[in-house]
Amino acid sequence: MLSILRPALVLVAALTAITGGLYPALVTGLAGAVFPDQAHGSLAMDAQGRIIGSRLIGQGFAGDGYFHARPSAAGAEGWDAAAASGSNLGPTSKVLLDRVRQGVAAARADADGPVPVDLVTASGSGLDPDISPAAAYFQADRVARARGLGPAEVHGLIAGHIRPRQFGFLGEARVNVLELNLALDKMAP
Amino acid sequence: MTANGWLQIAVFCALVLVLVRPLGGYMARLFSGERVFLSPVLGPVERVLFRAAGISAKQEQGWIAYALSMLAFNLAGLLITYVVLRCQDMLPFNRQGLPGLPPDLAFNTAVSFTTNTNWQAYGGETTMSYFSQMVGLTVHNFTSAATGIVLAIAFIRAFSRATAKTLGSFWVDLTRCTLHLLLPMAIVLALVLVWQGVPQNLDPYVSATTVEGTRQTIAQGPVASQVAIKMLGTNGGGFFNANAAHPYENPTPLSNLLQMVAIFAIGAGLTNTFGRMVKDERQGWAILSAMGVMFLAGVAIAYGAEASGNPLITALGVDGGNMEGKEVRFGIANSALFATATTGASCGAVNAMHSSFTPLGGLVPLINMQLGEIIVGGVGAGLYGMLLFVVLAVFIAGQMVGRTPEYLGKKIESREVRLAFLALLVLPLAMLGFTAVAAILPEARASLANAGPHGFSEILYAYTSAGANNGSAFAGLNANTPFFNLTLGLTMLIGRFLMIVPMLGVAGALVAKKRLPPSAGSLPTHTPLFVGLLVGVILVVGGLEFMPALALGPVVEHFALAAGQTF
Repeated sequence: MLSILRPALVLVAALTAITGGLYPALVTGLAGAVFPDQAHGSLAMDAQGRIIGSRLIGQGFAGDGYFHARPSAAGAEGWDAAAASGSNLGPTSKVLLDRVRQGVAAARADADGPVPVDLVTASGSGLDPDISPAAAYFQADRVARARGLGPAEVHGLIAGHIRPRQFGFLGEARVNVLELNLALDKMAP
Repeated sequence: MTANGWLQIAVFCALVLVLVRPLGGYMARLFSGERVFLSPVLGPVERVLFRAAGISAKQEQGWIAYALSMLAFNLAGLLITYVVLRCQDMLPFNRQGLPGLPPDLAFNTAVSFTTNTNWQAYGGETTMSYFSQMVGLTVHNFTSAATGIVLAIAFIRAFSRATAKTLGSFWVDLTRCTLHLLLPMAIVLALVLVWQGVPQNLDPYVSATTVEGTRQTIAQGPVASQVAIKMLGTNGGGFFNANAAHPYENPTPLSNLLQMVAIFAIGAGLTNTFGRMVKDERQGWAILSAMGVMFLAGVAIAYGAEASGNPLITALGVDGGNMEGKEVRFGIANSALFATATTGASCGAVNAMHSSFTPLGGLVPLINMQLGEIIVGGVGAGLYGMLLFVVLAVFIAGQMVGRTPEYLGKKIESREVRLAFLALLVLPLAMLGFTAVAAILPEARASLANAGPHGFSEILYAYTSAGANNGSAFAGLNANTPFFNLTLGLTMLIGRFLMIVPMLGVAGALVAKKRLPPSAGSLPTHTPLFVGLLVGVILVVGGLEFMPALALGPVVEHFALAAGQTF
């Protein structure tokens, strides 16, 4: 029995030290040295240096003068970046369909025509930082009215913030809502 | 479905295939005791470890000693993690002052990570200190993966050796696998992920004041180091509750592609290791082909179902496929691909919420797991699971033509077939048995988030995922109750170890046999015909017993959805 217990205990202890201690310490050290911005969460600051969020993490926008992000199921109020979550509602859920119905009704105030699906569905993380270009254009008229801008200006701003597919084919084209709204604030404060 | 969607799927498959021979060859050399590129650095470390452990690199073990060593090692690791989780409030790197875990959750989580399942009844950022994530959980991402890989190597040796008594040394294999294979790959992948935006720090959670003036607390942590190994080791346990859907775990389409490739890389490479060690690489390619056929079928069904969307939502004046639970940066093709890969392997990481998939889109992950995760499968576990099906396939073929079945020159006799059946029948017994119990218990049903057939699917998915050691979920289910923590913990233990022990028994029986030269009556096992036979046996033997349960869940829901019925 000792012939099995001794290597079991020694190797558990040694591999725990290596993979649970040395390995994360090494990665933390290298990451902090080479990619300090990403390693510390890609945080976004305002002009005064206060943290206003992370470029990777979505945040809620409700005002008419801002582009709205997707519905969020993270935390009780949504956009809780310390409790990420999807809705986990199934496709035949009455709760889901009621929520989408309300979302569509609200979106109808922005524009006519079919509502882009990402605008009325909750993301998997509840922290999706992006919307589709279609969802951004869908809100352009409302934002332009609220900001006293021409539709063409807002459309141009959106076009400048569309991130194409990575390397031309990976993922989907998207617009980072935080970056778009910050640019909007700069353009028409 | 779009052409660009299929292009991404093709690129993913190509990357996995390109890695098969380099990784397969590397593992074959590593586990044959040859020097590999890190030997000059790690050789001395190995020797110190072996001396401290009192083992010799030359001392091999029979199947019983191999099994006992594996069990002792895993039990010790399980106990350490249980203690770490219970006491995390007294341990360092607890930036948010999180309390120790209650006994049932600590048991469930320790079992979950030991068994390579990574089922998570908790949300990472609200439950786990950084110390628990690193020392309690990341460690198991390495060791449970290494355990799976070395068991597959032992099973390969049962075919590559003849009239032998030993299957190798669990200790030597485990150490080499962790140091030479998993660690270097994880370090490189972790750094690439940080470059793409995955955080890696020990900072307290960040408090931000958003543009509209609300407070947002943003969870931080040593994320990249855990994400890298959770994919390479097909563990799948998220650092955060939302797993690989979380923009911090999976910030870009590139990070997503690399994580998907990481899920399949080692498992696919092992088929080539197998081919090389039995001195016929075609045998490895035949097995990978059977996996590939079933994988592509699953991707096509899931992608098609998700792309066509939810008709009840479309009817409200909405344009697009099913995006509930999916991230914009990945889109539908990558979400369907990820779901198929993560459940074909025993990974269980998710980049979209499976619970919100359409009924047919959610059916694919369920079936993948119920087949025993042999579509590439968990690292190691996928290969030995598949080889058990191969044993059954040649047995059934032998029955049809009236000859004693053989595989790679080894006669397959009643002892091997009985043990193989035992290993494969343990899964449906645990999955379906516990599902049936939970479905009639009011206290279990109180945990459901969805009504109607989707609620039943939540339970079925939970026990399927636990039994198959996957770890993904239809996450509406509140599984953090004593009943689910205990029964799912038991299911994970059964699905892992009650499969491994008979599997090693098969290996012990096979390694002792002599190798027969192929004769005119031998069934060639590298041909498309054999691949077809193997897929047929997997679907009938591995899949059919789940049909009634699937009919009550996703199949009913599919027809209800078509009829416009909601719950």
